[in-house]
Amino acid sequence: MSEPLTNPASDTPVLEVKNLGINFGGLRAVSEFNLELHKGELVGLIGPNGAGKTTVFNLLTGVYQPTEGYFKLEGRKMNGRQTHQIVAAGVARTFQNIRLFKQMTVLENVLTAFTKDLRYGIVSSTFRSGSFWKEEKAIEDKAMDLLRVFHMEDKAHYVAANLPYGQQRKLEIARALATDMKVLLLDEPAAGMNPTETAELLDCIGIVREKFNIAILLIEHDMSLVMKICERIIVIDYGETIAQGLPAEISKNEKVIAAYLGEQEEEGPIC
Amino acid sequence: MSNRKDRLKGSLINFAGLLVLFFILVLVMQSGVVSSYVRGIIVQCFFAIIMVTSLNLVMGFLGQIALGHAGFMAVGAYTSALLAKAMTQANILTATPAAGVVQFLICMAAGALMAGLFGLIVGIPALRLRGDYLAIITLGFGEIIRVIIQNLKIAGSKGLAQGQAGQPLIGIPVMNNVYVLYWIMVLCVAIMFTFVRSKYGRAIMAIREDDIASSCVGLNNTYYKVLTFTISAMFAGVAGAIFAHRGLGTLSQNDFSFLKSTDYVIMVVLGGMGSMTGSIVAAIVLSALPELLRAAAQYRMLVYSVVLVLVMIFKPTGLFGAYEFSLQRGLKRLFGGRKEAQKA
Repeated sequence: MSEPLTNPASDTPVLEVKNLGINFGGLRAVSEFNLELHKGELVGLIGPNGAGKTTVFNLLTGVYQPTEGYFKLEGRKMNGRQTHQIVAAGVARTFQNIRLFKQMTVLENVLTAFTKDLRYGIVSSTFRSGSFWKEEKAIEDKAMDLLRVFHMEDKAHYVAANLPYGQQRKLEIARALATDMKVLLLDEPAAGMNPTETAELLDCIGIVREKFNIAILLIEHDMSLVMKICERIIVIDYGETIAQGLPAEISKNEKVIAAYLGEQEEEGPIC
Repeated sequence: MSNRKDRLKGSLINFAGLLVLFFILVLVMQSGVVSSYVRGIIVQCFFAIIMVTSLNLVMGFLGQIALGHAGFMAVGAYTSALLAKAMTQANILTATPAAGVVQFLICMAAGALMAGLFGLIVGIPALRLRGDYLAIITLGFGEIIRVIIQNLKIAGSKGLAQGQAGQPLIGIPVMNNVYVLYWIMVLCVAIMFTFVRSKYGRAIMAIREDDIASSCVGLNNTYYKVLTFTISAMFAGVAGAIFAHRGLGTLSQNDFSFLKSTDYVIMVVLGGMGSMTGSIVAAIVLSALPELLRAAAQYRMLVYSVVLVLVMIFKPTGLFGAYEFSLQRGLKRLFGGRKEAQKA
C-alpha cells in the first residue's frame, strides 16, 4: 500500500509527495505520506479526527517544514521554502475554519490574492501613474470574472464577514483560485454546511474542475460527498496511510472500517 | 475604479480643497491675531498629524502595536538638527529665508532617511514578534534610542565638536514657516494615504486580518511588515525634524520619552485605528486642547485616561473607526472628501 497509485493518463504529476513526514517532539503526526497528483485529478484525503489530514496540508503549504521526505511541484523540490514562495509556485488552500480577511470587502479579498500580478512600485503608486491604474484595473477585471464564476459579482462590495457561511466558503475558494495555482487544497469545504449548501459547493467544485483544469486534494468528513466526486481516496489514521484506491474499494476496506468504527471485538459489540 | 476624466476631476477637487484650507491658513496668519504662541500650536498640530498618521500605518493598518515611535521621531529630530547646525556653521544655505527653507528640507530628508534606517534595523528583528511581545520590544528600542542619544557627545549642549553628553542640544536653526510646513504635512499624509490605497495597503490590512491566510495567498508577510514599519519610521523622522526646528532652538532627549510615544498611541486609538481622518482630527484636537486648557494642565493625563476608558467602552474602534475601512466615507463626512483623499 505504500506505493502511490499512478494515473496512466499523464506521466509527470503536478504534485509528487514522497515519504513526507513530521515529528512534533516525540509525536509522529504524519509519516511516510505518498501521493502523486495529476492535472485535472480530484483526490480525497480522509481519516478520523486527529489523523493528521490538516497536518498534511500544513506541510504542503510550508506552514510546517517536513522532518522527513519531500514534495515536488512540477518537478521542483519545495522543501525549505516559505509559505508565500510555495503559494507563488502554485499551491493554494482553503481552511477548515474559514480564514477570510473579514473586515475587507469580497472584492478586496480576491484582489489581495492577485497582488503578485501588480508590478508597480511605491513611486508609481504614490504618483498614481498610468501603469498603476492599468494594472489595478486589470486585476479588478480578473477578480470580477472570478466572482462571476461563483455568482458572487453582486456581492463584490460586501464586507466579507457579513456573507452567509456558504458564500464565505465560496469566497475562500475564489480567493485561492486567484493565486493562479496548479494544486488546490480544500480543507473540509463542506464542514458546517446544510445539504443545500453542500449541493451548491459540489456545483462549485465542478465548475472549478471544468474551468481551471487543476489538481485538487480534498479533505472531507462528508462521506457521500467524497464518494461522489473523488476519483481516488487516501485514508490516513494516526499519521499513517492505511489505504488508498478507488472509492468503491475504500468503502469495503477492512482497515478503513476499523479506523472509523473501531476494531471488531471477538465477543462482538457490547451494545 | 473610475475612468481617467473622473480621476482628474477628483484630484482637482482634492487639490482645490487643500488650496482653500491653505488660504484660510494664510488669512489667519496675515490677520495679525496669531501670536508666536499660537503659531507654535499650529506647528505642533502639523508634526502631530504626521506622527499620528505614520503610527496609524503600523497600528491601524498593519495591526501591530508599536510603543516606541518617539524613538524614531528622536532620530529624525537629532539628525536634522545636527545637520542644520553643521550646515549653518559652514555657512551653507543661510543667506536668505528661502535658502533656510531649502536647508531645512535637506536636513528633514536626512532625518527621515536616518529614521527610516533605524526603522529597518529595529523592524527586522522586532516584527518577528506579535502582540504584547512586539509592544514590549518596540518600547525597549524606543528607550534604547533615547538613551544612546543621551550619551552621544555630539548630540548635547552646543553639539557637534563642542558637544557635551547629557545636555539639551541648543542653538538649532529655526524653521517655523507654517506655509511650508503645511505643504510638507499635506504631502506626507498624501503619500501615506496613497500607500494605504494600493496593493501595499491591501496587503498589510490582509496581514492584520489574518496573517496565515495572507501568506497562503502568496503575500510575503515579513516584507510588507518591515516595509510598512520603515515607511512609518521615516515619517516619524519627518515629524521629528519639524519638531526640532519648531522655534525653541533646543532639543532634549526627554522630549522623546516613553510618555511621548504613548501620547501618540492615544491619539491613534482615539481617532480610530485604520482611519487617517481620525488620526488627523485626534492629532489636532489633542495637540491644541492641552495648550488651550493650560490652566488645567496637571489634570491632562487624568482626562486622557477617563476619555480613553470611555471611548473603549462606547466606541472601541475609536471615534472614526466604526468601520475600519470607511476611510473615504469618513473623509467625505468630515472634509467633503477634500483633504488627503487626494488622488484616491
